[in-house]
Amino acid sequence: MHPAPSVIIFTSLSGLGFGLIFWMGFGLPAVNGMIVVAVFATLGLGLATIGLLASTFHLGNPQRAWRAFSQWKTSWLSREGILAVLTLITFFIYACLWAFLDIRIAALGWLSSALAAGTIFTTSMIYAQMKTVPRWNVSSTLLLFLIYSAAGGALLAAQMQAAGALLAILAVVQVLAWKQGDYAFAKAGHTIETATGLSALGKVRLLEKPHSGTNYLMKEMIHIVGRKHSAKLRVISIALMAIIPATLILALDAGHIIAALAIVLHVAGLFAARWLFFAEAEHVVGLYYDQR
Amino acid sequence: MTKHHQPLLDTSPEVSDEIRQTTCYMCACRCGIDVHIKDGKIKYIEGNKDHPVNKGVLCAKGSAGIMQHYSPARLNNPMKRVGERGEGKFEDISWDEAFEIAAGWLKPIRETAPEKLAFFTGRDQSQSLTSWWAQQFGTPNYAAHGGFCSVNMAAGGIYTMGGAFWEFGTPDWDRTKLFMIFGVAEDHDSNPIKIGLGKLKARGAKVIGVNPVRSGYNAIADEWVGITPGTDGLFILALVHELLRAGKVDLDYLIRYTNLPFLVNTDNASDESGLMIRDENGKEMVWDRVAGVAVPWDTKDVKPALHGDQTVDGVTCKPAFQIMADKYMTDEYTPDAVAERCGIPADRIRKIAAELARVAFEEEITLDIPWTDFKGEKHSKMIGRPVSFHAMRGISAHSNGFQTARALHMLQILLGSVECPGGMRFKPPYPKPVEGHPKPHHTVTPGKPLNGPHLGYPRGPEDLCIDEQGNTKRIDKAFTWENPLSAHGMMHMVISNAHAGDPYKIDTLFMYMANMAWNSSMNTSGVMDMLRDKDENGEYVIPHIIYSDAYSSEMVAFADLILPDTTYLERHDCISLLDRPISEADAAADSIRWPVVEPDRDVRGFQTALIQLGVKLGLPGMTNEDGSAIYKDYADYITNHQRRPGVGPLAGFRGKDGKGKGRGEPNPNQIQAYIDNGGFWIDHIDPENAYFKPWNKGYQEWAVEIGIFDVEMPYVFTVYQEILQKFRNAADGKGALQPPDHLRAQLSATMDPLPIWYEPFEQSIVSNEEYPIHALTQRPMAMYHSWGSQNAWLRQIHGTNPMFISGELWEEHSFADDDWAVVTSVHGEIEVPVVRMDALNGKTIWTWNAIGKRKGAWALSEDAPEATKGFLLNHLIHELLPSKGDGMRWANSDPVTGQAAWFDLRVKIKRVPPPNFIQTQPDIPAQASPVGVGPKTVSYGKE
Amino acid sequence: MTQLPTFTKKKLGLVIDLDTCVGCHACVISCKEWNTTSYGAPLSDVDAYGADPDGSFLNRVHTFEAKQEGCSAQTVHFPKSCLHCEDAPCVTVCPTGASYKREEDGIVLVNEDHCIGCGLCAWACPYGAREMDKVEGVMKKCTLCVDRIYNENIPEEDRVPSCVKTCPAGARHFGDFADPTSNVSILSAARGGMDLMPAIGTKPVNKYLPPRPKADITPELDVLGPLMAQDETAGGFIGWLDRTLERL
Ligand SMILES: Nc1nc2c(c(=O)[nH]1)N[C@H]1C(S)=C(S)[C@@H](COP(=O)(O)OP(=O)(O)OC[C@H]3O[C@@H](n4cnc5c(=O)[nH]c(N)nc54)[C@H](O)[C@@H]3O)O[C@H]1N2
Ligand SMILES: Nc1nc2c(c(=O)[nH]1)N[C@H]1C(S)=C(S)[C@@H](COP(=O)(O)OP(=O)(O)OC[C@H]3O[C@@H](n4cnc5c(=O)[nH]c(N)nc54)[C@H](O)[C@@H]3O)O[C@H]1N2
Ligand code: SF4
Ligand code: SF4
Ligand code: SF4
Ligand code: SF4
Ligand code: SF4
Ligand SMILES: [Mo]
Repeated sequence: MHPAPSVIIFTSLSGLGFGLIFWMGFGLPAVNGMIVVAVFATLGLGLATIGLLASTFHLGNPQRAWRAFSQWKTSWLSREGILAVLTLITFFIYACLWAFLDIRIAALGWLSSALAAGTIFTTSMIYAQMKTVPRWNVSSTLLLFLIYSAAGGALLAAQMQAAGALLAILAVVQVLAWKQGDYAFAKAGHTIETATGLSALGKVRLLEKPHSGTNYLMKEMIHIVGRKHSAKLRVISIALMAIIPATLILALDAGHIIAALAIVLHVAGLFAARWLFFAEAEHVVGLYYDQR
Repeated sequence: MTKHHQPLLDTSPEVSDEIRQTTCYMCACRCGIDVHIKDGKIKYIEGNKDHPVNKGVLCAKGSAGIMQHYSPARLNNPMKRVGERGEGKFEDISWDEAFEIAAGWLKPIRETAPEKLAFFTGRDQSQSLTSWWAQQFGTPNYAAHGGFCSVNMAAGGIYTMGGAFWEFGTPDWDRTKLFMIFGVAEDHDSNPIKIGLGKLKARGAKVIGVNPVRSGYNAIADEWVGITPGTDGLFILALVHELLRAGKVDLDYLIRYTNLPFLVNTDNASDESGLMIRDENGKEMVWDRVAGVAVPWDTKDVKPALHGDQTVDGVTCKPAFQIMADKYMTDEYTPDAVAERCGIPADRIRKIAAELARVAFEEEITLDIPWTDFKGEKHSKMIGRPVSFHAMRGISAHSNGFQTARALHMLQILLGSVECPGGMRFKPPYPKPVEGHPKPHHTVTPGKPLNGPHLGYPRGPEDLCIDEQGNTKRIDKAFTWENPLSAHGMMHMVISNAHAGDPYKIDTLFMYMANMAWNSSMNTSGVMDMLRDKDENGEYVIPHIIYSDAYSSEMVAFADLILPDTTYLERHDCISLLDRPISEADAAADSIRWPVVEPDRDVRGFQTALIQLGVKLGLPGMTNEDGSAIYKDYADYITNHQRRPGVGPLAGFRGKDGKGKGRGEPNPNQIQAYIDNGGFWIDHIDPENAYFKPWNKGYQEWAVEIGIFDVEMPYVFTVYQEILQKFRNAADGKGALQPPDHLRAQLSATMDPLPIWYEPFEQSIVSNEEYPIHALTQRPMAMYHSWGSQNAWLRQIHGTNPMFISGELWEEHSFADDDWAVVTSVHGEIEVPVVRMDALNGKTIWTWNAIGKRKGAWALSEDAPEATKGFLLNHLIHELLPSKGDGMRWANSDPVTGQAAWFDLRVKIKRVPPPNFIQTQPDIPAQASPVGVGPKTVSYGKE
Repeated sequence: MTQLPTFTKKKLGLVIDLDTCVGCHACVISCKEWNTTSYGAPLSDVDAYGADPDGSFLNRVHTFEAKQEGCSAQTVHFPKSCLHCEDAPCVTVCPTGASYKREEDGIVLVNEDHCIGCGLCAWACPYGAREMDKVEGVMKKCTLCVDRIYNENIPEEDRVPSCVKTCPAGARHFGDFADPTSNVSILSAARGGMDLMPAIGTKPVNKYLPPRPKADITPELDVLGPLMAQDETAGGFIGWLDRTLERL
């Protein structure tokens, strides 16, 4: 799949934002005072909102984006939109009360946390539901998104111990997800022969594309060039987003500098991992182009 | 939101305000189209379902007509060159000035040496006008593009059976059970062939495709014969061998309808050796095996012998059939003898022969339709042999193509499957024997018309276009000993001969609708050099070039004067029975184009411009005594011109009342009558006259009635072709007219009166070790030569053309995806991207034709893929063969017809990595675009 | 509306005959031509005369090659447009309800006025049947020519999709698969109409007819031997000739 920057930014940042919201719903970091609460809350709201806004960049007609809230009965994207907005509103009220009136309504916090988790879940389902992208269409996709959020959120929420542990888990889950993903396409059983129905004729290969140039489908669904370096990128991303920050946190005393470094590294690694999440994902339509 | 709900939809929107019916010209197939006009713009073009050619369907090109019509590459005004030739720099001028310039060049030469005008036309369909114009001008130098296109097919057919495939004939799609198609990627009959194949598929009839490449029609063939290029003749003659050996030929048919029973002079010493024995009236004789005497072939109730040496009036002779059988039953033609050269296992050849025999003779069909033959014999039914054939340039574009086409016709005839139900059928005005065609004319009188039509079918050496000294009269050297039966002229030789001043220098080269500076020339780079070459005085070697195009093509850049044509939707045209009509096997039909939209630029239909130029030159037939115009434009000419009394460009709705068919006075409302009738006219043949046309009395009468012939013209098929033998006799030193010595061997070898196969010339000259590979082109169905690239929709389908490499060669050269290759012939070298193809003859590579473009042409940006990744194979081909060591450069043409041998090309390949900067080689420098570059985005339909 | 109707009265769709398709692209262009001035926004072409032309098409023809070990390869032209799936995932993923399947005939459409151009439906479609228009930012797909097939301004016999009407080889057939007696149902049953990627669970309505076996790949039994046996009775070829002439 084409790793569109807007989608990478959206999923990464909103994941972090909703992760932070998740932790804050439980009153963590256990801070007080208007400024501090406001800073953390703004960070959470801001990241989630920037992410949501970024997602509209890849819309052809963003002015109609409001329509995307209408199809909650079937569409995970619609559900995500609704949950995201509900989370933001709930959390906004919760955070305002907390910051300005110093009233932290635990139930409201838990609701925000639940909504935030739900939002992440719906985001993950957008990908996990795609039978057309076997790498995504696996259980680990759900787990991965939730742990990404939880770990990133913990980092931002300065829950260093939790963050360290979650990052370690993330590393394991990510590796497992990659492994699962690497076999997913073959396991799903889709081949150029099933795509064309021509298996009885022997081994099938593409002779000519329908057009000598490119088209939307090829640009959107087929991304071979970037994938060349994926092995290297996997190492880099997992090191940056999980292993190094986790080591730093768990091995060293977690001070501000370490925390800041861990966050920066994690976000960098997260972008790389998210880029891979798209770039490595092969859409079955590629079978018709003999390119996955 | 529990209930499914959906928006209200208007499922009956108004399609258009009006439908205007005319004829497509995105290619030469000439389908009928319904042009929907909405708010003055073209909304949608669809097939006219009542039209005889396409019956409602349309190909990709036809549907892309909107993009062709609104193309940014359209020329806007007459122009005169201001830069150097080839640069593409022009100045707009008025039509008056354009005619002034043209007349300034042409008037003086008409008065002194009309041959100094060479007028050659390309892909046009108004040859009856253009040839007449050239004749009125008085130059012998006129032809259309047939010489490099498919004259082998046309001439091979005419000289064998009075018609060919191509536009002359068609399989009986509704009845045939086995269809064999040789060397066709697309053909002119694009939609009819597809409609026909669809019918066969729907019925489950069998299709055998003979083609080195399994694409297009061959992809759906039920059996693919991946023949090695240039060997079809050998394969066909092996089939003939098998059929003769097993006695699976239709003797009744051969006796009745061919000249195979005719007695042939076998006295080698005689001047008439190899010619038919004739009686005192000139009638060919047969041996009556009951009476034991020679009698004229059409004697009633004669029982002709098919074998046996006889002596008639002291001359030894035997039936042509025996000569034929003796020839093909030798071991030279056994499947085993040819298998390896053809790349077809001997068993496959035997099996195909058997299958042909089985379907022809065991699955015979009969129609209970009585008919009467030309001898007056009544037949109670029509017997059909439901095998049919079709072939095109895969056969004809080789130097052995004429004889290969003849071999295929002989095969059909032996099976008795021409003009019978289920076989192959002619389309009026065909069948038409050689005798029904003119002979070529070449007598020039300054200031006067030529003494007759330029092109035709010579009957012997006496009809060649040479003078008493044997010097050629035509600039293209058509109708000479080198290529005696060049019935369509030799357009591919014009520029190089004119450049060389051989046989003489010309003054003005006038071309129309032919991209000679690019894809329609062999040796493209060489031709561009010749066009811009200057003599010692700094003058162009070819002094003046006038060119008519509708679009900014590569050729435009090389012209001195441009006469801009309209698009096909903006002009009058007629697709005439005098030329290349749209007839069906059981109907005569012709059609028109008319301006369904008015031009918004200062352009004129070329034919109108030509007539107006003729008036300016005072040409007879176009000009009244007082110098005024007889016809104000082409529409006027179409309506009022008469070629013979009562016969004009259009056959339908003739006479003052519009009721005349074929013959009748001009009808002032004729064009409107065509428009009212959907743009065409059709006259059906009665069922009892629709088959066996060459011999069917009723058909012959009908043909005379509608003006195809002036007298009935029944004839027999000339499987044994005496005219060819006449040239062989001359080569043997017989007769008064003698070829130059260096051509005797070639004439003897190739002018065989019976079909033969010989190795393609290039192959026999170049080292087959060094150049082991055949290189071909194919027409893409969605593109028409060069002119599709300006089409925003079509160019997305074919914007580049890789070289397809057979799996065998791919592995031999260890190619990998994205590789490129250097492809080299004896003439040149190209560097191009490659793609593997397994369904391809192992010794062959190929590419799509004419996709590569020169930078700056066709209103494309200079980095267009057509110019960076696309390429022309033509750089590897040459109009002359490499020297054989005899100090001469022989033409790369069929020695009989002069047909350009495009597909004889031999190459070698070398694998190279893709270049860092993607650019195929040779990379011809850009031409300036007189029309700019097309817009960035097209959103057709947005107001 | 993103919920799929539980039942559609008709199942309109196409049968595409791979044994007959010659790969001419007529259906591709005819489709573009009809639809660029009909349903919804035009089908744009970006960089139309430039280096990288990229336009929206609702129907495209691929060319495949298939080969069995030791046999010659065969070429298959493969047209592909929306299959109007019964379980259309492109519909259920749509967040705006712009994508919907019609209750009356099963045609899957995009209501362009509601489409935000998120592209999710194109992701969900296994067949590459949806393309986002670059200029309009809305999702384009085959409409089954819904504005032709019921159009009272079009002569009745022409009320078929543009691609079907134009296909020169007659490789495309249009009809109602819900009716077992329809042309498409009969054809599909007779010729083994197949689904593309059936395992993905979309239940396509369109069916593909597989190429018939090729004689050069799957040889037929040789029953022709006797037919071509040389006549060994008296006189060889000449003897045969004389006997045959006698009978004429
Ligand atoms: N390698 C290779 N080369 C080949 C062949 C091959 O098989 N292989 N085939 C050969 C054959 S058979 C042929 S026929 C030639 C064809 O080659 P050409 O005859 O050159 O055909 P086109 O490229 O179509 O070019 C015709 C010209 O007509 C112009 N034109 C288009 N429409 C109109 C119009 O309405 N009015 C006017 N006045 N001009 C118009 C176009 O712009 C173009 O410049 O190519 C030959 N070249
Ligand atoms: N779409 C479209 N239609 C066209 C044209 C076009 O440009 N585009 N051009 C028109 C013109 S001018 C012409 S002349 C006709 C030509 O129509 P075709 O005769 O179909 O011409 P080509 O595309 O040159 O195809 C030649 C075929 O012969 C095969 N071939 C080559 N060598 C051999 C051989 O030795 N033996 C056999 N058996 N096959 C061989 C090639 O693989 C190819 O399939 O098409 C006309 N129709
Ligand atoms: S075959 Fe196509 S381009 Fe040629 S006339 Fe017919 S519709 Fe037009
Ligand atoms: S129009 Fe018909 S034959 Fe041509 S590509 Fe489309 S389906 Fe195939
Ligand atoms: S083919 Fe694709 S777009 Fe069409 S209904 Fe099926 S899933 Fe949806
Ligand atoms: S692109 Fe349009 S139709 Fe497709 S899912 Fe998004 S809103 Fe729905
Ligand atoms: S049915 Fe209509 S919209 Fe669909 S592919 Fe055919 S022409 Fe295009
Ligand atoms: Mo041609």
